[in-house]
Amino acid sequence: MPGDAGAQIIVDGLVKRFGTFVAVDGVSFDVARGEIMGFLGPNGAGKSTLIRILCGLLRPSGGRALVAGIDVTKDPDAVRQRIGYMSQKFSLYNTLSVIENLRFFGGVYGVPRDKLDERIRFAVEMAGLAGRETSLVATLAGGWKQRLALGAAILHRPAILFLDEPTSGVDPGSRRRFWDLIHTLGAEGVSVLVSTHYMDEAEYCNRVALITRGRLIALGTPQELRHRSLGGELLIIEREGIADAIDLLQTAPGVKDVAVFGSALHVLVDDAATRAPALVTYLTGHGIAGATARRIDPTMEDSFVHLVGAAAAARGEPA
Amino acid sequence: MKPRRIKAIAVKESLQIVRDPRSLMIALLIPLMQMFMLGYGINLDVEHIPLCAYDRENSQQSQGLLKQFAASRYFSVRKVVHSYTEVARDIDDGTCRLAIVIPAGFSQGLNDSGTGTVQALIDGTDSNTANIAANYARAVISGFSSDLQLESAQRKGGTIQTLTPVNVQARVWFNEDLESRNYIVPGIVALVMAIVGAQLTSLTIAREWERGTMELLVSTPVKPMELMLGKLLPYFVIGMTDAAICLALAVFWFDVPFRGTLATLFFTTSLFLTVVLCIGYYISVSIRSQVGASQVSLLLTMLPTTLLSGFAFPIDQMPVIVQGITYLVSGRYYVTILKSVFLKGAGVGELALPMLCLALYAMVLVVLAARSFRKTLD
Repeated sequence: MPGDAGAQIIVDGLVKRFGTFVAVDGVSFDVARGEIMGFLGPNGAGKSTLIRILCGLLRPSGGRALVAGIDVTKDPDAVRQRIGYMSQKFSLYNTLSVIENLRFFGGVYGVPRDKLDERIRFAVEMAGLAGRETSLVATLAGGWKQRLALGAAILHRPAILFLDEPTSGVDPGSRRRFWDLIHTLGAEGVSVLVSTHYMDEAEYCNRVALITRGRLIALGTPQELRHRSLGGELLIIEREGIADAIDLLQTAPGVKDVAVFGSALHVLVDDAATRAPALVTYLTGHGIAGATARRIDPTMEDSFVHLVGAAAAARGEPA
Repeated sequence: MKPRRIKAIAVKESLQIVRDPRSLMIALLIPLMQMFMLGYGINLDVEHIPLCAYDRENSQQSQGLLKQFAASRYFSVRKVVHSYTEVARDIDDGTCRLAIVIPAGFSQGLNDSGTGTVQALIDGTDSNTANIAANYARAVISGFSSDLQLESAQRKGGTIQTLTPVNVQARVWFNEDLESRNYIVPGIVALVMAIVGAQLTSLTIAREWERGTMELLVSTPVKPMELMLGKLLPYFVIGMTDAAICLALAVFWFDVPFRGTLATLFFTTSLFLTVVLCIGYYISVSIRSQVGASQVSLLLTMLPTTLLSGFAFPIDQMPVIVQGITYLVSGRYYVTILKSVFLKGAGVGELALPMLCLALYAMVLVVLAARSFRKTLD
């Protein structure tokens, strides 16, 4: 199989324009065999567009994309045979039963007849749909639908899976279960590219690509992104009405960045141990008494907010 | 092309059709309704033309002539009037299409010189009916004259032969009774098939786009030709069922004589069905909304088939340019074939040319329709 030795997905300088709008702006990365790569970014960041290009559904305006060693613009059907895809919107047939949907996709993907029954049984069990094989898909709850869609996407044992926001609108328990399935597939050597706008889900990925406004602004393990990308340590400052002090803190000594988190402020500083008491004193000096400051572990969201702000500043735009 | 994938698509499409019994009912009932509506609605026979009689003489002979009109199935005497004003009013308000005015000196003239004059006033707004009415009136009057001549000849002891030197014995072939229904109904079958066929497939791709299932379908290795064949197959079965219903109605309900063979009929019907299914599919691919696709396909099949197929309006009466355009209307070939198969009992030998044209048409459309589908979301 091509690409077995190296990367299963190679993306190099990929660009996609819709008229004057640049949806994907020079994105490059690669995904290894068995790796779970997360695309993290807000809605409209270009995640879906990127995935659709890699599935051969959209033609790129520039750059190159190799999936399973095949150029997606040269032989999209060969790519399609090797990938599984779950679109953002549920796209199985609601008026067909679970088993009828699976038989359909098995047929369309050309799953060998002697293996089809076994594969379908596996998919049904994986999705936890045993006993509901003849239910119409329309009657299934969200989480089951998503798992069924995943089951349909892996019937033909693809080497690469593209999952576009597979867990959106699904309850937390089902989300957790879905990610367990993704990890099982990864362990079997399937490369998974999964997009999400849930920050916590990024933690489940081997590597995460942060995407905003069509650009890839950071790429690394969740650990790396949380710590290294911030370029400092994080303090949480709490006090009633502290959000109003955001501009004041922005100019305080040692402060690199300030962001609102709920009713508190997350403040990025060069050294947490010395700055924590200093900032409390600083606030008191400016008439805001009684604030507390303590060091916290940065979350993916901290990292994301910081990186998005930094990327915007680098381009001279508001975040 | 993999038969496996075509089968998977066909099975899926069939399940969707079966799960939507309402649309299946429509697919089977609409042709039935259209056959009845059009079969009874379109009647080019002119009968019972409403007539006003203005008898200014009121003699035995003038009444005799009016009785001839009353006896004819082409006319029905609606009113006997007594002035030209009334005649004018009745023609104006549509009470009658034709007024027969018998002048005061009618029988006098007949007796003196052997000729009489009758005035026929015809409403010319519908020129076709007016022409026919005038011809029928002439026929009634000439029938009346020959009766008179016969009578006077008998009185004078002459013979008929000297009076009618040429006697035309017209024999009409293929539609012996000159029933317009016999030649209209096979055309209606073509019209109904064109409308229903394109309607059936016009929704099939648009529905996938609207329900969001297209995105996943496009991401599979299915080929455009496989997708099309798989999708058309179940509709082909429904379409042939519709055709069987329409043709059975034509023969058993509307009593159109059927002189050809079922093999010719169903072979050509399957060609025409392929054409219209492909038209519907092409429209469905081009217009990604169900409502839009359904309307466009109705327009694109009904109008040309009604006006340019020759089903009711003879093509050789059209301007040359329009005649040229009719060659692009697939219904033209099918209507020709249907009429010939029904009324003349024509077989493959006689119909080789229109059948070839239809087959060619079907082939071109299959390729066009399949290629119109692009596997991208752009």
